[in-house]
Formats: sequence, structure tokens, C-alpha cells
Amino acid sequence: MSAPPTATDTLARFAVSPGRRRKDTLARAAIQMATVIALIPLLLIVYYLLKKGLSSWSTTFFTTDPTGNTFFKASSIGGIKSALLGTIEIVAVASAISVPLGIGVAIWLVEYGKNSWFAQTVRFFVDVLTGVPSIVFGLFIYIVLIVGTGSSYAGYKGSLALTLLMLPVVIRSAEVVLLLVPGGLREAALALGAPRWKVIFTIIVPTALPGMVTGVLLAVARAAGETAPLLFTAGATLKTNFNLSQFMNSLPVQIYSDITSPTPSVEQRAWGAALTLVVMILVLNLIARLASRRSRLA
Amino acid sequence: MSTSRQTEKVGDMDPGVRPDDAGNRPGSTVPASGTSDGAALSSQPIEPTSRKAKQGFRVTLEGLRAFYGSAEQVKGIDLEFKANEVTAIIGPSGCGKSTMVRCINRMHEEIPNARAEGRVMLEDLNVYDPSVDVVAVRRAIGMVFQKPNPFPTMSIYDNVAAGLRLTGRRRGDLRGKVEQALRGAGLWKEVAGRLDEPGAGLSGGQQQRLCIARSLAVDPEVILMDEPCSALDPIATLKIEELISELKESVTIVIVTHNMQQAARVADRTAFMLDGELVEVGPTNDVFTTPSDPRTEEYVTGKFG
Repeated sequence: MSAPPTATDTLARFAVSPGRRRKDTLARAAIQMATVIALIPLLLIVYYLLKKGLSSWSTTFFTTDPTGNTFFKASSIGGIKSALLGTIEIVAVASAISVPLGIGVAIWLVEYGKNSWFAQTVRFFVDVLTGVPSIVFGLFIYIVLIVGTGSSYAGYKGSLALTLLMLPVVIRSAEVVLLLVPGGLREAALALGAPRWKVIFTIIVPTALPGMVTGVLLAVARAAGETAPLLFTAGATLKTNFNLSQFMNSLPVQIYSDITSPTPSVEQRAWGAALTLVVMILVLNLIARLASRRSRLA
Repeated sequence: MSTSRQTEKVGDMDPGVRPDDAGNRPGSTVPASGTSDGAALSSQPIEPTSRKAKQGFRVTLEGLRAFYGSAEQVKGIDLEFKANEVTAIIGPSGCGKSTMVRCINRMHEEIPNARAEGRVMLEDLNVYDPSVDVVAVRRAIGMVFQKPNPFPTMSIYDNVAAGLRLTGRRRGDLRGKVEQALRGAGLWKEVAGRLDEPGAGLSGGQQQRLCIARSLAVDPEVILMDEPCSALDPIATLKIEELISELKESVTIVIVTHNMQQAARVADRTAFMLDGELVEVGPTNDVFTTPSDPRTEEYVTGKFG
């Protein structure tokens, strides 16, 4: 009926209108702005940590305990040895408990519990625990193991508080990765006539392992940086201490007590300790990334 | 069924593992009784690639019904799969072919809320008998799935060996058994030089033959194939079909397929299913050329499905 469309008509039909072009530019600018704004505090944190922290790093900084002589010259205040070792020890114990336990729970949820009411209940409480503020875990251990038993702070109590903190993170992350293992692998192994436990340990867990390592390391990194659960469970101390039943120093608590000190050199030590902690966590995150890169799951 | 069981094992097994393998499968309820000609067979030269001495098992479905929750997907099927024959199951999507096949090695019950009723007879043994160990059933009845599913963490060698390791039979000549299984699946020549490479690195058709090798390694009497070629190109499909024709010398094969030409090419008998019911079963040629049921005729001539 109508005349066939000319080339210009066709072009007009497919052209981007000026209004849409403007909206696109605006929206792009807004999103880029948001990214830049979000990056500013991150970069500032790293900048200040390096600027203030790096200058206090030295061999003696890592190899001496804090002395507590905070009103004398800077060289006498000591380093962060007890805090560094304490953090490693407390977190190691917490991981030794929470990782096998958490992975066990995740395996049960995925392979056995599935959608039963009990499994759903467990999932619900794990989700709730993930959102609980860390100080609540510290408070719980404080009430039960310190007030409840009438005893004092101890390294293992700090570990237990961190265990509670890590457990839901480990369970959730491991469960997510286990769910990613294709059902076809499970079926293939079961159809070969393999007992279920062998299917789990020789097929499912190895397939999910890189992802589980990532989740575990992120949980470890989170626990290593927590102050609140340790403040009134492991306490603070000066001496390096390998006895888990006594007061044990840790990096976050050391930072907390140093930063509240009126002595500038002690405050300076807090920066050095903070940088140490951030580097530790950064390394853990890098390992976690490397592990997830090796993952064979989508 | 038990009369031939030990003799066939003796024929193609390393004598060193004979006592363990001659019927004492862990938890197996399939009885094995020795026969007099066992010694005679074992004195013959061992030919590793030949599986001819072995016999497949006959499988009979008796009033098999399968459910997902309250939905009945397989509605009472009586069907016999003859030993050392290839039986193809054809039918439109959703007619219960796969569900029925998965009931044979009790994989159906792995799905939450799924259950089966009726009997699946492996020779004289009801695999749904409460005293039967499901693990033993699955060792006797292997399965190949629609999508090739080699274990991604394992090498080609380990994928095949997994069949043996997972079923606690790592003793004996593992390497020899892996080679035998790979030869059985027609994959040996292609992978012999790179057994340590990941199984997931093979092509789709090779992966599927690797999966067949993996199930052969466990030395089953029956192999169920659930659309084994649906993810493969025509050349890979042809290889699998040739393999199926070789394998039926030693095992009973049940193959679910959407491809009627494939059924016509590989199957001795063909069963047509519709809406959870068995419409017709018979020699493949008869089902395709002179079907007795009009619905079968409509399906095989392409009027629906």
C-alpha cells in the first residue's frame, strides 16, 4: 500500500534518540562516580596504614613483646610479638575446631539433611548466627566461661568465641560450594555402586575443595580481625604466652589498647600492628583467591 | 543365573584376585556357586580384551510403579530384558522412560520424595527386597547418563580406576583392569599415551566412552544407558552404537533413546512407552514395521512425539 521505506527512513528508525543518549551519559557518570566515592575511603585507609604503620616496622617490632613502659622513650615500649603470636594461636585453635565441625555440618546439610525440617531449622539458625554481632559471641563466652565458672580470661576462651563467630561462616560457604557440585557426579558415583560416604569423600569433597578452602580462609581472615570477642575472653597481656589457659594477647586487642594510649609512640605502635593485621588478612585473601581460581566449578 | 557366574569370572580375571571377586562382593546378596568347569576355563590362556566368557543378567520388571511425591510417573509395567540383548526404550518426552530405567538400579530413590513399587527381578533376585544392599545392586547394574559426567578432579586413568576404588576393589592388577575397561569401551587407543591427563579434557564422545569404561571397570552384568548419545555428534554416536553391539556379548543393555533410528540400529528388542505405560514390546523390526498397537504406529511414523 504505502511506498517502500527509503534508506533514510530505515536509518531514522534504528537511530539512538538524543534523549536516550543524554540519559545514558548521565547514568554512566553517576555509576562511575559512586565507584570512585566508594574507593576514596578504601584508598585513604591503605594510604594512612602504609604511611603511619610502615615506619614502625622493624625486626625488633616483630621480635619483642610490648613492655608497658609507655612513658619512656619510644625504643623502650617494645613490639608486637605477643600480639602476633597470640592472634595466630587463638585463630589456629578456633579454626581447628570450627573448620572440621562446620564442614561436617555443611556435608550433612547437603548430602543427608536436604530439605528436611531439621535441616531447614539448622539453616535458619546458621543464618541468624551469621548476622549476630561479634561482641555477642564474646559476651556469651564471658557469661558462660568466665562469670559462670568464676575463672579468669584465657586464650582458649577467646578461641571459643571466635569459633562461634567462624562456624556459621564456614557452614554457609561450604554448603554453597557443595551445592554447586553437579548432581550428575553424585549420581555417576552412586550408580557405580559406591557407598555414600565414599562418594562424599572421594568425589564430592575433592570437587568442592578449592571453594571450601576459599570460604574457610575468608572465615579465618574475618576472625583474625575481630576485637570484640577477644576483649573480655582472652584479655590483653604483655608477655608472649603459649599457654592457652592463661591471658593471651592478640593484634586487635593490642591495637585497641595502644590507640587509647596518650603516648604518641604507643599510638604509633598501633599503626604498625594494624598494618601487620591488614597484611595478614590480605595474604589470606590472596590465597583464597588463588584457591578459587583452581576451582573446577562454575 | 548362578551357574555361570564363577566360571565367567575365572576366565577373565587375574587368578590372584579370584577368591575375592568370585562372588564375594561386599554386601552382595547375589549368591555365587562354584561350578565344575571352573578349573578347565581358568587353564585357558587369558585374553584380556575378550569379555565373551561373561554373561549378562536377565532383568524382569513386575508391576513396576514409580512416583515423585504423589505423582505417578510409571504406572505398572511388566517387561523383560533378555540377557545379552539390547533393549531400546522409546517414547515421547515425559513418558517415564528414564524414570523406569532408573528404578532398575534403584537410582530413582535418590531423588527426594521419589519411590517405587512392584518388583525388579535381577535373574531370581528382587532388587527391592528389604534384605538387598542397594550398593551391591548398583555394582551389578551399571549406568551411563545422558550428559557425560567424568569426575572433574580425576585423570583419565583415575576416572576408570574410580569404579574399582569406590567399590573397594583396588587390589589386584588395577592398571590391567583399567586398560581392559578402556579397551572394552573402545577408548584405549585414543588415550593410552595420556592416561594422566584430566578426564574432563576429552571430547564429548570420548568422555561418554570414558564413562562407559568407568562402569565397565566394575564388571557389571547389566548396563543401563539413559540417552547416552543425546549430547554427542553423529560420529561419536556411531562409535557408541558400535560399542553397544560389542558390549552385549557380555552384558545386558537397556538403552533409553529419543532417536528411533538409533533404536532400529542397535536394539534387538524395542519397547514403546506412552504416559507411564508400556504400549508395546517386541523385536525391533516388528515394532517399527508391523506394530500391533496404533499408538506405536503413530509414534514410529512420526505422527506425534
